[in-house]
Amino acid sequence: MAWFEDIEIGRVIELGSHTFTSDDIIRFAEKYDPQPFHTDPEAAKDSHFGGLVAAGWHIAAVWMKLMIGARETAPKDESKPAPDGRQAPQGGPSPGFFDLKWVKPVRAEDTISYRTTTIEKVDLKSRPYQGIIRSLNEGFNQDGELVFSFIGQGLIERCEPYAVPSEG
Amino acid sequence: MIYWEDVPVGHSFTTAERTISKEEVIEFASEYDPQPFHLDEEAAKDSILGGLCASGWHSCAIAMRLVYDSFHVKAATQGSPGIKECRWRRPLYAGETVKVTVNCINARPSESRPTMGLTNWTWEMTNQAGETIMTTESWLMMGRRPANAATPEAN
Repeated sequence: MAWFEDIEIGRVIELGSHTFTSDDIIRFAEKYDPQPFHTDPEAAKDSHFGGLVAAGWHIAAVWMKLMIGARETAPKDESKPAPDGRQAPQGGPSPGFFDLKWVKPVRAEDTISYRTTTIEKVDLKSRPYQGIIRSLNEGFNQDGELVFSFIGQGLIERCEPYAVPSEG
Repeated sequence: MIYWEDVPVGHSFTTAERTISKEEVIEFASEYDPQPFHLDEEAAKDSILGGLCASGWHSCAIAMRLVYDSFHVKAATQGSPGIKECRWRRPLYAGETVKVTVNCINARPSESRPTMGLTNWTWEMTNQAGETIMTTESWLMMGRRPANAATPEAN
């Protein structure tokens, strides 16, 4: 992957798509969120959703799956080692996310296409060898409607340590 | 059944505890988040996280199930419009025992759906040492009490 310094704000990556089958929706929900509108197609008809819908955390987990998949299928990494010999980043952990919205239900057999857009880079005085990349992540259904979005964050290594600008 | 009216601001509860197995961490990560620190004990030791730990999204799903078992299973829950913020504060290592403490911090009726209300919650997942693993703030849609519904169970 690219070093923190080389990631451009505005970069868009299409992550691919996933079809949420009934079986897929029910299998996830029985483990983690067995509310009837996620596990029982008949009971779901009587809910305000009017039918089976995917658990929100399932929609988010599939974003992660496709994000990792996109990293693995990306063109071979051209990033050079750092001057001190460290290899280019493999992707780091996340401190969390903001503004996650389940905008519309994801129904059985819906195909959701995900994309990620870099929106902000944050320098860290406390971690000179890392920065935070913030991204807007979105999922659209087969009719092009936005169904899911959130602002994600990742700690990404810097090629050269951050030098805090001197005052004055 | 617990309806929107039955959850006052300030309502708080703590879920049951659950120990997270290595197998469960690897199973979730294999399908949804296949990174070395979620998949392989040896590789995880050498990583920035220092040991095999659950995907952050797995932590969210585990918290959801714990809260479901304590609340959603007996409440008129109708889904969530989203999560304002989620912080992954420490790794959730395989073998740790976690629980979630839940607080209702705000509530309002739905403007568009007269049969629903919204409740605003914080969740805090802690481990066996009382250390905070994860915090979230979110909204939950709930059905309002129908005129002919029975009185709520005491809780």
